[in-house]
Amino acid sequence: MQVRVHVTLKPGVLDPQGKAIEHALQALGFAGVGGVRQGKVIELTLDEDDPARARESVEAMCRQLLANTVIENYAIELDT
Amino acid sequence: MKAAVIVFPGSNCDRDVQVALRQSMGGDPVMVWHKEGGFPDVDLIVLPGGFSYGDYLRCGAMAAHSPALKEVVRRAAKGVPVLGICNGFQMLTETGLLPGALLRNGNLKFVCKDVHVKVETSQSLFTARYETGQALRIPVAHHDGNYYADAETLERLEDRGQIAFRYCAPDGRVTAEAPRPCSA
Repeated sequence: MQVRVHVTLKPGVLDPQGKAIEHALQALGFAGVGGVRQGKVIELTLDEDDPARARESVEAMCRQLLANTVIENYAIELDT
Repeated sequence: MKAAVIVFPGSNCDRDVQVALRQSMGGDPVMVWHKEGGFPDVDLIVLPGGFSYGDYLRCGAMAAHSPALKEVVRRAAKGVPVLGICNGFQMLTETGLLPGALLRNGNLKFVCKDVHVKVETSQSLFTARYETGQALRIPVAHHDGNYYADAETLERLEDRGQIAFRYCAPDGRVTAEAPRPCSA
């Protein structure tokens, strides 16, 4: 099963990279752009076909390694 | 007194720490490769600065799961003092031994300069030879040196006197509102 994990900074946590991207977009003339936040996407393949078990396993990966839950949120997307 | 320095692929201040410990403690510290879970009993463990595992995923994230660090967490629970410098400090937050996390610097620049810090407490093993309120000039070099912790955690650190240093002006006046342990 293909899995995508989206890791993003929690609301309120300073994101200078997001701010820099926002400024660059505005400088390119894209008007009305705001609230840019940068995150990362981690793709992985699991030897698991059961969505519930796959989600449970990826949740554990997120808590232990993929995200730092002090500053980051994560969202799991399963390709079923 | 015997110390251990944990060495990771990408550590670049491990030799500096080795020299500093040799000068201050008199003997040679044990240099422990990150894959070694069983190293000799020591009185102090130092996690040096650098770019362990190339800073992949997050600074210190991969190192936090190495066999040596797992053993450091066990030893810390038994009361062995652990000092994390720069990337070592990031590892300590990633293992959960220290609260909070380090974020990318606000100006997105790598900061490499001398800064002044005020000694907040001399009631710790680490700062016992300083005087509270004393201003020190120390070098810092970091890209992810912006300490973050929620308000409750910061309050707890303040209340327990667990803030070692605070950024200040050369004359000791505090210039930053938020306590940010420095990663020299």
